[in-house]
Amino acid sequence: MKDTVEPYTTPDGRTIGGVLMDMRNITLRFGGVEAIKDISLNIREGEIRAIIGPNGAGKSSMLNVISGFYNPQEGEVWFRGEKRPPMKPYQVARLGIARTFQNIALFEGMTVLDNVMTGRLTHMKSNMLAQAIWRGKAEQEEVANREVVEKIIDFLEIQAIRKTPVGRLPYGLKKRVELARALAAEPKLLLLDEPMAGMNVEEKEDMSRFILDVNDEFGTTIALIEHDMGVVMDLSDRVVVMDYGRKIGDGTPDEVRNNEQVIDAYLGVAHD
Amino acid sequence: MLYREAGDFKTSYHADNQTFPIKFDRIGFWITMVIAFLVIPFMINDYWANAIFVPFLIYAIAAIGLNILTGYCGQVSLGTGGFMAVGAYACYKLMTAFPDVSIVIHIILAGGITAAVGAAFGLPSLRIKGFYLAVATLAAQFFLVWLFNKVSWFYNYSASGQINAPERFVAGVAVTGPNTDPWAQYMICLVFLTVCALIARNLTRGTIGRSWMAIRDMDIAAEIIGVNPLKAKLTAFAVSSFFIGISGALFFAVYLGAVEVGEAFGIQKSFLVLFMIIIGGLGSIFGCFAGAAFLVLLPVALKVIGVDVLGWPTDLVSHLNLVIVGALIMFFLIKEPHGLAQLWRLAKEKLRLWPFPY
Repeated sequence: MKDTVEPYTTPDGRTIGGVLMDMRNITLRFGGVEAIKDISLNIREGEIRAIIGPNGAGKSSMLNVISGFYNPQEGEVWFRGEKRPPMKPYQVARLGIARTFQNIALFEGMTVLDNVMTGRLTHMKSNMLAQAIWRGKAEQEEVANREVVEKIIDFLEIQAIRKTPVGRLPYGLKKRVELARALAAEPKLLLLDEPMAGMNVEEKEDMSRFILDVNDEFGTTIALIEHDMGVVMDLSDRVVVMDYGRKIGDGTPDEVRNNEQVIDAYLGVAHD
Repeated sequence: MLYREAGDFKTSYHADNQTFPIKFDRIGFWITMVIAFLVIPFMINDYWANAIFVPFLIYAIAAIGLNILTGYCGQVSLGTGGFMAVGAYACYKLMTAFPDVSIVIHIILAGGITAAVGAAFGLPSLRIKGFYLAVATLAAQFFLVWLFNKVSWFYNYSASGQINAPERFVAGVAVTGPNTDPWAQYMICLVFLTVCALIARNLTRGTIGRSWMAIRDMDIAAEIIGVNPLKAKLTAFAVSSFFIGISGALFFAVYLGAVEVGEAFGIQKSFLVLFMIIIGGLGSIFGCFAGAAFLVLLPVALKVIGVDVLGWPTDLVSHLNLVIVGALIMFFLIKEPHGLAQLWRLAKEKLRLWPFPY
C-alpha cells in the first residue's frame, strides 16, 4: 500500500499530518536469528498506529528499535525528517520519544508523584550546584514542572494516590502511572507496549479512553502493541501486522481485517 | 493528638516540597537546631564530646555519604573506610603544604579530592552490579589503605608512619591539635554536618535525586525516561565520596588528631558505616542520623549499664556489643530493610489517626 503524505482529517475530526517516524528497510539480527526482516513502516503525526501479530513476531523488537534499545544492523530510522544515527535510549528520550513497558517498569520505591516527576527529567535543566542550594532557580524549576505533572495527574485521575509509593498500588493503577510518567515527558511520539495486558474489561475501557483522550487533547502521536483485536480495531487509524519478523499487512483496520495473509497468520493455514 | 498531619493543608507546591511538611516536625527541627547550636556547646565536656557527640556527628556525615550511594542510587560500596582515608590524607597533605590557608577550605578540598577518587573507583559500576560491585569497591578499600601505608610521601616521610594534625584555628579558636576545647571540636563538626545534611536533602529531593533513585529501582526504565546512567552513577559516587571525604578529614583532624591508616580506616570502618545506614534506613537522610546515633550510643550505653551498673567484666560487655550489633543487622535486614527511619514513618502513619482510628 502506498501512503499518501498529504494531511487529512479523520471522520472523528482529528488531523493526521505528515510522516513523523519513518523506518526504512529495518533488519535486526540476534546472532543468526533475524527478529526483524527488512521492514519498512511509518508513523504519521497525530495518528494512533497499532502493531499487531502473533507471539514472537518481532513487535516488541520493533518498539525497542524505535526507542533505541537495539540498533538495527540494516536500515534507517528517520525521525521528524532527519536520519537518526545509532543512539542510546536516554538520547532517544531527549528527542521526544517516550514509552511504557509490557511488564510494568516503574520505580517501585518512589511515590507516584516522584515517578511522574522523573518523566519530566528531559525538561529540567538546573545543574547540580543550583540543586544543592535549592533556593532560587532549582526550586522554581521544580514548581513549574510540578504544575505540568499535576495536570497529567488530574488528567489520568490518579490524584488520590500521588503520595503513595508505587510498590503498594494494584496492577491497573500501576499501568496508569506508567502512562502518566511517559506523558509527563510531553513526547512527540508515545510508544505503548501492550497497555492493556492483564486487565479486565472495565480497566481496558478506562485505558482505551485515556489513550484516545491523550491523542485528542495533547495531539500526541501514539504507536501501540496490543493483542486485544477489538481494542486495536476500535482505537487505531492504521495497523501494521507482523509475522515471523516480516510485515504481512499494513493499512486501515478494515483493510487489515480482510487481508488474506493476516487471516492465515492468525488462524493458521491449511497446507495441502 | 499533638502530632498530626490531618488539617495541615498545603496551598502551594512550594509548601508541599518543603523538607518538613508537617508543622510539628518543623517545630521539632528548629528546637533541635537551637539545642544543638546554643545549648550543647555550653554544657559539653571532654567525655561527652569524645565518647558521643563528635563521633556521632562525623559518622552521620559518612552515613549520609554512603546512603546517597547505596540507599539512593543502589550501588553497594564497601570502600567507605578507604574513601575516608583519602579525605584524611588529602586534608593532612593540604594542612602541611599550605599552613596559612583556613582548615575549613582544606576540609572542603579534601572532600573534592575524595570525590574525584570516588568517581574513578565508581567507573566499574557502569559494567557490574550488586555483589560484584561490592567486591570491586572492597578492592578500592584495600588498595587505598595499602597505598597510604606504602607510599611515604603521603605521611610526609615520618618515622612512625602516622599522620598528626597540626594546630589550626578557625576565627581565633583552635579546632585541631592537642589544645582544642571540646566545644570547638563539636561546633566545627556540627556546622559541617548541618551543611552536608542540607545539601544531601536538597539533592535527593530534586532532579538528580530522582535520577539516582530511578537507577536504583529500575535502570532500564530510567534510561528510557532520559537518565544518563553514566552520569547518574558517577555523580552518585562523586557526591557520596565528597561527604565521606569530609567525614574522613574531620575524623582525622578534629577527632583523633593522629592516625595510623590501617587502624583508623580499615575494613571495619566500611562495615560500621554500612551497618549505620542499614539500621538507620536506606534511602533516608533521617536514617543516617538515627543509625549513626544508634551505633555510637550502643557501646557507650552497654558500657554504662554493663560495667558501671551491673559490674560485669569489660571484655564481656564489648563482646556483647558485637553480638547485639550482629543480631540487629540480621533483624533489620529480614524484618525492616528500611530501618529505623521506616519504623518512624510507620509510627507517623499510626499517629495520623490516633487515638480514633475509625
